Amino acid sequence: MNELSPQTRAQETSGQRFAPVAEVGAAALVLIVIGGIYMASYAPRRAPLGPPIGLTIASATLVLANLVMLARTKGFAWDKFFLVGRWTLLSYVVAAGLIEFAFVKDHTSGGPLVLITAMLVLFAVIVPLIISFTVARYQSSEAHL
Amino acid sequence: MLGIWGMWGAMTDTTAEVLSTGHAARHSPPLVGPAPVIQIVPLKGLPIVAVLIAFLVASIGFNWQWGLDFNHVAGGGLWTGIDLFVGLVVGPILGRLSIPARAEFSARFMPKMVLLMPTLVAMTLASGFQLALDLGNLKASSPNHSWLIFSFVVVGVMAVIALALLEPANLAVLFEMRKPRPNGEVIAKLMKRFIYAAGITGLMQVATLIIMTRVASQ
Repeated sequence: MNELSPQTRAQETSGQRFAPVAEVGAAALVLIVIGGIYMASYAPRRAPLGPPIGLTIASATLVLANLVMLARTKGFAWDKFFLVGRWTLLSYVVAAGLIEFAFVKDHTSGGPLVLITAMLVLFAVIVPLIISFTVARYQSSEAHL
Repeated sequence: MLGIWGMWGAMTDTTAEVLSTGHAARHSPPLVGPAPVIQIVPLKGLPIVAVLIAFLVASIGFNWQWGLDFNHVAGGGLWTGIDLFVGLVVGPILGRLSIPARAEFSARFMPKMVLLMPTLVAMTLASGFQLALDLGNLKASSPNHSWLIFSFVVVGVMAVIALALLEPANLAVLFEMRKPRPNGEVIAKLMKRFIYAAGITGLMQVATLIIMTRVASQ
């Protein structure tokens, strides 16, 4: 009959056994977005780089922590993760490339360009990570007894 | 993306009906009739997206005024219009349809949104930033400067909601619906995200309309 207690069902549905990869990824994304808004708000002038560098480092740290948590995840639908991940990665690499193109076109160079490139790399990694994790967590066998 | 939200609110009703059957909700097909065949990314639409993105790139690359205006006005108008139309018109209608009709509509509609909305958002934002630079609206001395910074914040909030909540949930639901026996509880949980974010994104769209009309009239 596979009768399950409400608590067990709630845990399964919420995916609580998985690390908070999506939540940490969202936090990393928020940091990148704040950094991007900060830099854009100074355009066409050169923005002070200290705050966005700090935000980028913090975001990169969260992404690394996320990758470690993800690598330790057990009972995960890795096939679905990589299936969704590679296509969304392709999609967001193209999107990030478009944004980079716009900044290069607008003669952004030196430190700001390096920083923007780093932020875009993080952006292109974070979003596919969140999307593919969210899809895969609900495709995992444990979540569908 | 209020539109998606309104529709998914209707889908949540579907889930509630499915779940109201108790045990059957978990171990029986939750949708009456044959499960709809779902193509998550409509491949036929990719060439159209490629053409629009190429047009966007050319407009920015050559600083083509008409191209930038077209991308920003057409993309922004469709983005906001689709969100509001689907949320306020299609969503309530969908909520009154039979469960199989809702499922079939969603199975055909949501994959199109997977391509359409990111394309419109890219057209709007990329051309908008370029226009703001060209027109001098980003300069600190411009009367529109503070409005544009406000619009960056609005777009930032919408971007985080769309990228971290809506799009992952959208794809997860589509994958769930492709299963022979979709899990109603999983769909209901993912739909909750849409409902909570609907209010925020709706406010953001209204805020965007106010900001952009304000900028255009100064």
